[in-house]
Amino acid sequence: MANARGLTPLPPERQADLSGLYAAATAATRRRTLAGLAIVAVLTLLAGFAAEVRPLVFAENIGKFTAYIYEILPPIGLDHPIADVRAWYWGLPRWLALLGETLLMAYLGTLLGGLAGFALSFVAAANLVRSRWLRIGAKRLLEVCRTVPEVVFALIFVIAFGLGPMVGVLAIAIHTTGALGKLFSEVVENIDMRPVEGLSASGATWVQTVRFAVLPQVLSNFASYALLRFEINVRGAGVMGFVGAGGIGQEFLVAIRNFYYADVSAILVLIILTVFCIDLATERLRHRLIGPESHR
Amino acid sequence: MSARPEALRAAARADLDRLRARYPAQFRTDWTARVRLAAGLGLLVGLAALGYWRLDFSVARILNGLGRLGSFAVLMLPPSPEGQFWIFLHALGETLGIAFLGTLTAAILAFPVAFLAARNVVPNPFARFAVRRGLDVMRSVDVLIWALIWINVVGLGPFAGALAIACSDFGAFGKLFSEAIETCDRRPGEGVVASGGSSLHRIRFGLIPGVLPVLASQVLYFFESNTRSATIIGIVGAGGIGQYLTELIRVLELKQVAFLVLMILVTVAAIDWVSTRLRRAIIGPAAR
Repeated sequence: MANARGLTPLPPERQADLSGLYAAATAATRRRTLAGLAIVAVLTLLAGFAAEVRPLVFAENIGKFTAYIYEILPPIGLDHPIADVRAWYWGLPRWLALLGETLLMAYLGTLLGGLAGFALSFVAAANLVRSRWLRIGAKRLLEVCRTVPEVVFALIFVIAFGLGPMVGVLAIAIHTTGALGKLFSEVVENIDMRPVEGLSASGATWVQTVRFAVLPQVLSNFASYALLRFEINVRGAGVMGFVGAGGIGQEFLVAIRNFYYADVSAILVLIILTVFCIDLATERLRHRLIGPESHR
Repeated sequence: MSARPEALRAAARADLDRLRARYPAQFRTDWTARVRLAAGLGLLVGLAALGYWRLDFSVARILNGLGRLGSFAVLMLPPSPEGQFWIFLHALGETLGIAFLGTLTAAILAFPVAFLAARNVVPNPFARFAVRRGLDVMRSVDVLIWALIWINVVGLGPFAGALAIACSDFGAFGKLFSEAIETCDRRPGEGVVASGGSSLHRIRFGLIPGVLPVLASQVLYFFESNTRSATIIGIVGAGGIGQYLTELIRVLELKQVAFLVLMILVTVAAIDWVSTRLRRAIIGPAAR
């Protein structure tokens, strides 16, 4: 291309020099990339071995996947489509009630967990609490709440409290405490410390400092994180029913285990639509909450 | 604390009326804000009350359950594998394998798709919209539901779990990657185009070097969180440590349950540590 525009090409020895330098410069990066790829490849083989990946079975059965998707497609004909949709959604009132229950579970779980995380986050924040042991204790507690998946809590609680949506709420609340408590305490650790110093200099107690110096700075971020968590919890509440902890999950599990194909797709579409709507709504709200600040 | 703030406060208290007169704006009650706050709080509490009523909460049940949880806590001590340590370790390896394979597959599949969903690569809004909504559908189906579907295809076992994680992460990665690509610095790409590169050259030399570290750090972060999801995927029969966890909880072998939970905690902490290190190495010490 350079020739076409009338530029003189470099003399061959200069060009050899330059390309030699270029090769030397890129060789190190290339070696590192290759080493990284080799490590990933080895790990993949190991993981494939551990996870019992059988490509042959996969290749044989991938047809089943499309067949399954085809099978759960709703039986809607062109002759009387409205009646077909009605038949497809024969259980709509019941499913809607269960969906409402799922949403309420997610809401209550987020609220309770958010309140607990809110209280713990100030204790876990390094810039507010002088006592090292108190802080470390709060942090570890949040970590345990966060690491144990909510379904595991639900499994244990179902035995302790009995079946029902209350168990789902408690399980979601505990997991949410851990997740939100960590995020909240990170927000608190990043605040502007000058108001805090001002208040403690004028003799405010710890609670007063938190109320008037910290809270106004963090509240919009907290609300935004809580909404994000609500979104995640709606998904989580949808599967709580798998272990008997209420919501629409139970109905879905029954449909999928008993091969009620049309029901599977009907409930799946309902779940997806609900999650969609919640996503959109919380995104709107979050933009309104943090909008003016992020555009500073 | 010292005498001075107290004295200041006493002086201000004594002088309150004149302060009020001098700074009326500071002392006025903002009724609209108050009403709005009250309405918001009322809504929150009202919904909570509705939930309390609809979801059959009852204090008696909670107290009873707490008593039982207390006795469970006693039964959990001391945590011990009771001779099943190697079986558990094998299951944990399986779980890690599921998480690793699922994350890697999702990342590799999502990488090209994310470019299709990014505004600065595909200017056509309709194509972008279709790709994004497709990713949203994948994302809004929970891992456990994906696992149930894949079990129907490849049978019970960890392979179905890996596929399930790959599917649900594919949607999440597609979204995150495309956002990373959109916020990428556009000047290198413009430079490539200005010196005669094609649009593929622009992506390869102008965009990818900039976004790759960000993407790698997101993948690492997801590997960490997938280790947690992979522990529960066994509940529906898709392999890993969750299978043992479910069975042992159901038969109340709580010492082994406590041991398993400890194993999971330690593993997740170790992965957390390694991936934080790796992330720092990849994106530099400045970024977290």
